[in-house]
Amino acid sequence: MTQPVIEMSAVGKRFGKLTALDEVSLTLGEGEVLGLMGHNGAGKSTSMKLILGLIRPTRGTLKVFGHDPGGAAANDLRLRLGYLPENVQFYEQLSGFEVLDYFARLKRIGTGVVKPLLERVGLGHAMHRRVKTYSKGMRQRLGLAQALIGEPRLMLLDEPTVGLDPMATRDFYGMVDELRGRGVSVILCSHVLPGVERHIDRAAILGQGRMLASGSIDELRQAADLPLVVRLRTARAPERLAESLRPHGVLARQSGEGRLELEVPVRAKMAVLRELAADPETADLALEPPTLESLYAHFDGTIRDRAAAEPAPATAIDAQQGVSA
Amino acid sequence: MRNLFIVAGKEFRDGLRNRWVLAITLVFGLLAIGLAYFGAAASGQVGFTRVSTTIVSLSSLAVFLIPLIALMLAYDSIVGEDEQGTLLLLLTYPMSRVEILAGKFLGHAAILGVSTLVGFGVAGAIIAALGSVEQLGELVAALALFILSAMLLGWAFIGFAYLISVSVAEKSRAAGIALVVWFAFVIVFDLALLGVLVSTGGQVSEGLFHTLLLLNPTDIFRIVNLTFFEAARTQAGLASIGADAAFHPALLLGTLLAWVAVPLGLALWIFRRREL
Repeated sequence: MTQPVIEMSAVGKRFGKLTALDEVSLTLGEGEVLGLMGHNGAGKSTSMKLILGLIRPTRGTLKVFGHDPGGAAANDLRLRLGYLPENVQFYEQLSGFEVLDYFARLKRIGTGVVKPLLERVGLGHAMHRRVKTYSKGMRQRLGLAQALIGEPRLMLLDEPTVGLDPMATRDFYGMVDELRGRGVSVILCSHVLPGVERHIDRAAILGQGRMLASGSIDELRQAADLPLVVRLRTARAPERLAESLRPHGVLARQSGEGRLELEVPVRAKMAVLRELAADPETADLALEPPTLESLYAHFDGTIRDRAAAEPAPATAIDAQQGVSA
Repeated sequence: MRNLFIVAGKEFRDGLRNRWVLAITLVFGLLAIGLAYFGAAASGQVGFTRVSTTIVSLSSLAVFLIPLIALMLAYDSIVGEDEQGTLLLLLTYPMSRVEILAGKFLGHAAILGVSTLVGFGVAGAIIAALGSVEQLGELVAALALFILSAMLLGWAFIGFAYLISVSVAEKSRAAGIALVVWFAFVIVFDLALLGVLVSTGGQVSEGLFHTLLLLNPTDIFRIVNLTFFEAARTQAGLASIGADAAFHPALLLGTLLAWVAVPLGLALWIFRRREL
């Protein structure tokens, strides 16, 4: 087993009295793609800043490529790191080429990489235009090109698909897949990442500075135990069908004429499917496992319930907003 | 160290691109030529006046203008990048905070320095060529001292601008504070000293008073340029008291240099300790 790219164990970060991060452990291997999720103030940005070495943990240990990211090796580590901050506005009066050239030189890399990088993110045609004239999507691509400077081995992308149209989003995930194929480790940080499931190896869900859940999507599904949704087209009367499936714990809802939406518990999945498939009246059925978004909503909901039940400690939300502001 | 110069170079090129260099150069140049030519208009004549008169009126106007320009140029240097998110990004690059701040300062200092040199330098050349300058040596020496002290004054206020810029979280706040700083050093300080002088009936010890003048870079700038022309003393208001003290120009310039170094050093110190 090779050395993990990121090793975070029981890391805590306090800003004054406020706990932004509490006992968070996380590892990321080479070529792994991790989705780091959480609402604003959950501790995502704090985690990112810790990994980037911009701030130091108050407790616990954190190693990036085996070194302390805020320590003596910081500058070496930073050459192997690519970061796309959230909502970055590049120098408006410069052209895309000039912006990237500036950052490339700061990373001790020649101007030669600039043009290929801009072409790679689809900005080749606009590279000599001023950033002022760029659309939101083009700015995001420029940010991505910036993060790709110097072939980093670890990339941290904060809200990378915000402002991208569906085509650009697809291109972006294509690039993430390609990076993963080359052994680059990637952290995608977001509060919503529609359609990201296929592109990440693992997800970690943060809430109020704590790790609510982490693992592969399948592991999360198991842990959450959320029902699958089966969409059904059938000639059978809805009431009758609902009656016959009730012993499996299935909830049925009519979604249209001859259409049903069933919520099926995971353990009853195969039994229900067999029954439905054997039924000659079934015209069509579609199976939808819980999406990452619903898993996220589930885990995020658990902490809200807990917070509502007990008097809340100093919330991490304020701390986080204070920091990112 | 290399990154320091990359940052400085970008800052300077920004200054060229958004016409700061051009604008400041023109303002300084026109100011100098205008004052030289129309300086004697009050006494009923136009045409190039004596070098001493020109430099004295120039320094009493520049003392308002240079600090204002310097503050406007640099007040958003750090807080501006912070607001647009590029500061966070720069900090993840392989360079230290000192390199970022010092690099930006170097860039801004170059913008102001080049503009001052070219603006006043060209104006001086024009005055020398068109006016009837009796003693060219005197003009060159006076102008050189004026330009040098003007640069130092500008850099001192860029230092103030940096100090403001690293201390606040919003650009608009930085702009407001910059205005207050300008007002305090350029206007309030002298008025307050004058008030003290008048209310005590001139009983303040002379040494103390001279030392107090050194606490304001704009007064140092005035004194430097006034002491050069003993004859101009009567026109110079409060700062002529300093001229009496006959501070050595090297001491004055050294103090001015300290006024560059101290705010900048303080800005560096705050910037390094700042949590993100």
